Amino acid sequence: MNGLTEIRWHGRGGQGAKTAALLLADVAFNTGKYVQGFPEYGPERMGAPITAYDRISDKEIRVHSNIYEPDYVAVVDDTLLHSINVTEGLSKDGGILINTTKSREEILPLLHGYEGEVHLIDCRDICHKTLKKYFPNTPMLAGIVKISGVMDEETFLKEMEGSLKHKFAKKPEVLEGNMQALRLALKEVH
Amino acid sequence: MAKKERMSGNEAVAYGIRQVNPDVMPAFPITPSTEIPQFVSTMIANGEIDTEFIPVESEHSSMSAAMGSEAAGARTLTATSSAGLAFMWEVLYVAASSRLPICMTVVNRALTGPLNINADHSDSMGARDSGWLQIYAETNQEVYDNFLQAYRIAEHPDVRLPIMICQDGFITSHAVQNITLWDDEPIKQFVGEYNPEHYLLKHNEPMAVGPYAVSNYCMEAKRAQAEGMIKAKQVILDVAKEFEEVTGQKYGLFEAYDLEDAEYAMVAIGSICGGIKDAVDELRAQGMKVGLLKVRVYRPFPAQEIADALRNCKAVAILDRAEGYSTQGGPLGADVRAALCKYKVTAENVNILYGLSGRDTKVEELVEVYHQLEQLANGENPFDEYPYLGLRG
Repeated sequence: MNGLTEIRWHGRGGQGAKTAALLLADVAFNTGKYVQGFPEYGPERMGAPITAYDRISDKEIRVHSNIYEPDYVAVVDDTLLHSINVTEGLSKDGGILINTTKSREEILPLLHGYEGEVHLIDCRDICHKTLKKYFPNTPMLAGIVKISGVMDEETFLKEMEGSLKHKFAKKPEVLEGNMQALRLALKEVH
Repeated sequence: MAKKERMSGNEAVAYGIRQVNPDVMPAFPITPSTEIPQFVSTMIANGEIDTEFIPVESEHSSMSAAMGSEAAGARTLTATSSAGLAFMWEVLYVAASSRLPICMTVVNRALTGPLNINADHSDSMGARDSGWLQIYAETNQEVYDNFLQAYRIAEHPDVRLPIMICQDGFITSHAVQNITLWDDEPIKQFVGEYNPEHYLLKHNEPMAVGPYAVSNYCMEAKRAQAEGMIKAKQVILDVAKEFEEVTGQKYGLFEAYDLEDAEYAMVAIGSICGGIKDAVDELRAQGMKVGLLKVRVYRPFPAQEIADALRNCKAVAILDRAEGYSTQGGPLGADVRAALCKYKVTAENVNILYGLSGRDTKVEELVEVYHQLEQLANGENPFDEYPYLGLRG
């Protein structure tokens, strides 16, 4: 991979895929990497499919184009699998992470014969147990860190704690729930 | 001392605004530049800057208010994109001919038709003949650094012209990337205070700004304005040199990337240059002599310097991110070709339209252009009569 990891996010407007991509860039930056986090902009509205991207590298990142051959793909909403080929261009040495309550048997036929690793995560369950509200991007972020190995889990949790403390400075009560969601997600990726 | 950070291009400009602390900012929101007046408003509310923010009802008004405050003697800033810039049209020319060094951060976005919010250069390219200085950026770092140099250039007594600091909408304005931020104190010292010699509120020196000029005087005023543009080139270089002493960052009229011995070169503006550099590295590794000339300063246009830098090339592709509808290509193509002709550079050349309305350009497409340039130099022109890169069939 030449020190460069490319990640593509698929989600629906309002689910926080863009925020997750930017947060991932943030934590990767904090571990000393060169980063690029950006969404694809258009006529956005709640529920419409959106795409966001991360490049994480040991070297300076100069290219600004979208990512066509990602190492990893994160799918925040499994209903997208019916309308979008989320595995398009995806490296078979990499993997895909899908947020779903469905079984592997139900999901695999929707992946256009993708030969790489397929990981499932039930963000709804994780959010229910920890956040009491459905914010799938938080567990997805942990999931993509785990499957891509862009940083080790302990570093990730430490950096996230720092940035969540900063982000929720006025709502410290939500910090613990988010941290629990991240920890549980790291365990629950299959 | 500097700080390693990560932020978007719009955040970077806002960081620069905080350091410069301009006196007045009239602005009207338009995507993708909206964040800039938003950030400024927040910084004012937090007491970080004491800029006077003027919410206006349109861009025509924001540029008019900018003229008023700059003429009064206040360091003035505004921001816009696309149709917002188009709506300022009439006043852009008045600001330039009144020699008012307003700074406008332009977040480049396509002009409407069809309606689109994504990046191309049709907005600021349309204003290329309005008498404003124009400096373009490849990255968030560059737009930040260019902004910090803007007032030093525009307000210089030899120049006294308004300046556009441009970056590509979304591609750099909304993408989070690494950046180095400079400390406040050396930057504040570098930028300095604005002490204009003449201004409306100077009570012992009554003056008029923007009066009628009869034909007996008007042409002389135009020529004097052109003199400011001519002298701007040296001022831009001097300011860049001083900026380098403060920050270590090197800037010129353009960046020559592997151009010294290049046989095949591209000339381009803005964020695409990052992808072109990757294409150059890929082809250089295979032994192909390719290079890039990235135009930073587009107004004034450094024609002779560009021609000289391309003199030994066999073939040159000029990439435009704005249609001119002259049927001869885009504005950068016209300027570069005129320069090649005037300074007798005989390289084959082609003008290619790319990236209109945010169309993404891949590195592999840019690699292919270099191969096509080789064919062009060998007498087999592979290019369409009217080349569009990445156009769907």
